Amino acid sequence: MTVYAAPGTPGSTVTFKSRYENWIGGEWVAPVKGQYFEDITPVTGKPFAEVARGTAEDIELALDAAHKAAPAWGKTSPTERAAVLNKIADLIDANVEMLAVAETWDNGKAVRETINADIPLAADHFRYFASAIRAQDGDHAQLDGDTVSYQFHEPLGVVGQIIPWNFPILMAVWKLAPALAAGNAVVLKPAEQTPVSILVLMELIGDILPPGVVNVVNGFGLEAGKPLASSNRIRKIAFTGETTTGRLILQYASANIIPSTVELGGKSPNIFFSDVAQEKDAFYDKAQEGFVLFAFNQGEVCTAPSRALLQKPIYDSFLGDAVTRARKIIQGNPLDTDTQMGAQASNDQLEKILSYIDIGTKEGAKLALGGERVDLGGDLTDGYYVQPTIFEGHNKMRLFQEEIFGPVLAVTSFTDYDDAISIANDTIYGLGAGVWSRNGNVAYRAGRDIQAGRVWVNNYHAYPAGAAFGGYKSSGIGRENNKLALGHYQQTKNLLVSYSENKLGFF
Amino acid sequence: MSTPTITASVTIAGETVPRVELTPVAVDLLRSLWEEHGPLMFHQSGGCCDGSSPMLFMAGEFITSDQDVRLGQFDLAPADAPSQPLDFWMSAEQFNYWSHTFLTVDVVPGRGSGFSAEAPRGVRFLIRSELMTTMTPFAAPADTDRVDADAAHPPAPAPVPS
Repeated sequence: MTVYAAPGTPGSTVTFKSRYENWIGGEWVAPVKGQYFEDITPVTGKPFAEVARGTAEDIELALDAAHKAAPAWGKTSPTERAAVLNKIADLIDANVEMLAVAETWDNGKAVRETINADIPLAADHFRYFASAIRAQDGDHAQLDGDTVSYQFHEPLGVVGQIIPWNFPILMAVWKLAPALAAGNAVVLKPAEQTPVSILVLMELIGDILPPGVVNVVNGFGLEAGKPLASSNRIRKIAFTGETTTGRLILQYASANIIPSTVELGGKSPNIFFSDVAQEKDAFYDKAQEGFVLFAFNQGEVCTAPSRALLQKPIYDSFLGDAVTRARKIIQGNPLDTDTQMGAQASNDQLEKILSYIDIGTKEGAKLALGGERVDLGGDLTDGYYVQPTIFEGHNKMRLFQEEIFGPVLAVTSFTDYDDAISIANDTIYGLGAGVWSRNGNVAYRAGRDIQAGRVWVNNYHAYPAGAAFGGYKSSGIGRENNKLALGHYQQTKNLLVSYSENKLGFF
Repeated sequence: MSTPTITASVTIAGETVPRVELTPVAVDLLRSLWEEHGPLMFHQSGGCCDGSSPMLFMAGEFITSDQDVRLGQFDLAPADAPSQPLDFWMSAEQFNYWSHTFLTVDVVPGRGSGFSAEAPRGVRFLIRSELMTTMTPFAAPADTDRVDADAAHPPAPAPVPS
């Protein structure tokens, strides 16, 4: 085991500045109104840096810089842009521990996850889109002997991106990589709960990009997010967050007649058919882990498998084994590589999770594990820690219908295939799902029948570059992590060319 | 005089019992935000990072439609003062799953909340819930591994936008 030194103490892999300004036009720019807010680490509940409290004025400066940079960046060759993205990936790979500790301190998540998942994946997504843009062809069609239709991909220009706090660096990269590969300039607003780690990334990679190609303005949603999302100087707005803000952003986009991609959360079913337990072998062990993945990232994942559906014959035994396993989850200092579950990202997130545990109890759900806040003592006593929590109930309960965004699992049973699919699809969301079965036919059919953009079959919580990610139903619009995302950041230019010398003959 | 709890008027056709209330600390915060921003509205969010929280907007900023239900209207004004109406909205599809619960809007320390107006104050609105006494609650699970959902829970009342 390793325990990384806390930032601000000797030996830490990362040194935070006491104050962060906005990153605009390739340099640090103080907020126009001169206001800052404190960034709190959920690990201890204490502030560790001041961050610019950006406003509409700062967004305008960032848009100025982006508009200045966009034309030249948009004319660079895919080869040049791919080279830049690959350089960024190399720098991220060379600084994994520094970025991982920064991310853990900002967000609260366990450092074993940031080291093994968040940061390496961020590098890989840049590499994927570096490859995808080079491999992307235009299109042409010979419409008749003398007429050819050519289709070219062109960047949109300047785009806005609003990033969530659950994977601050990785979620930024999911949006930045396709946008930059496609030749756009970006104004990005991080979440106000986790404003710093992205700035640490910009300190690292900022010089590789031409000034103004990426601009980062921090601040509150109303003061900085809204002026960005509603600006008539962006050609697209991308957002990950919740449904009401998603709808509001789509309303702003409609006012400007620009496209918007929105990823808005989920309440993902994780379905275990009886045959998973026919033997207590490696696959059973894998399925058990798949159940316990509700606690991954403290449950703060839009696709968290937050509803477990167990077939009746295995309900008691499978759940019993899984509760035993979940009870062994190691909670502790997020900077300890042995820690499996860190802190919730903010105090209000903690309060919200506790409020759901309360309504779950009132609705008559049966508590099988956890259900309380955890005091880890010492420096961590004011951090935001919650026990992994498992409730048994039924699918009409609010516990089963609302995204709690915490380590709270709602478990129910099903009788047969049709019952499983019916319960799985009885939700307003459709982002993720899991299907576990030794029968390939059943697993395939269930995967196709569940109304969700990503169905993991006999695995869960893998997010490789290349696999398209996005929602059905109220979980949003658009796809990320796949070359399809390039299309969300490109215009289509049709050049319709006549190679004939002869007139039309109409006039 | 201490700030009172404020209960929303009934705005859903055919209903007679309120569905939403404000704690005194929520009333104080809303009155202060009203002074800063003018008329306000709530729209209850679902899903993801900042979700499942009531979002406070300038009145009319969020365009509601037939896909939304107005759960109630608060009047923030003290007695004898001109009315300060504040509507509480939720999407109709979400209301289908929430309709059996009474909602209390409270305030906790926190940060970040989409575009909600309270965030710069370092606080967030939070929903606390009770089962509605007038709605048929979920039957206590007799069979603890699962209650048959359809049998235990009557269909939610059709949302009536108003």
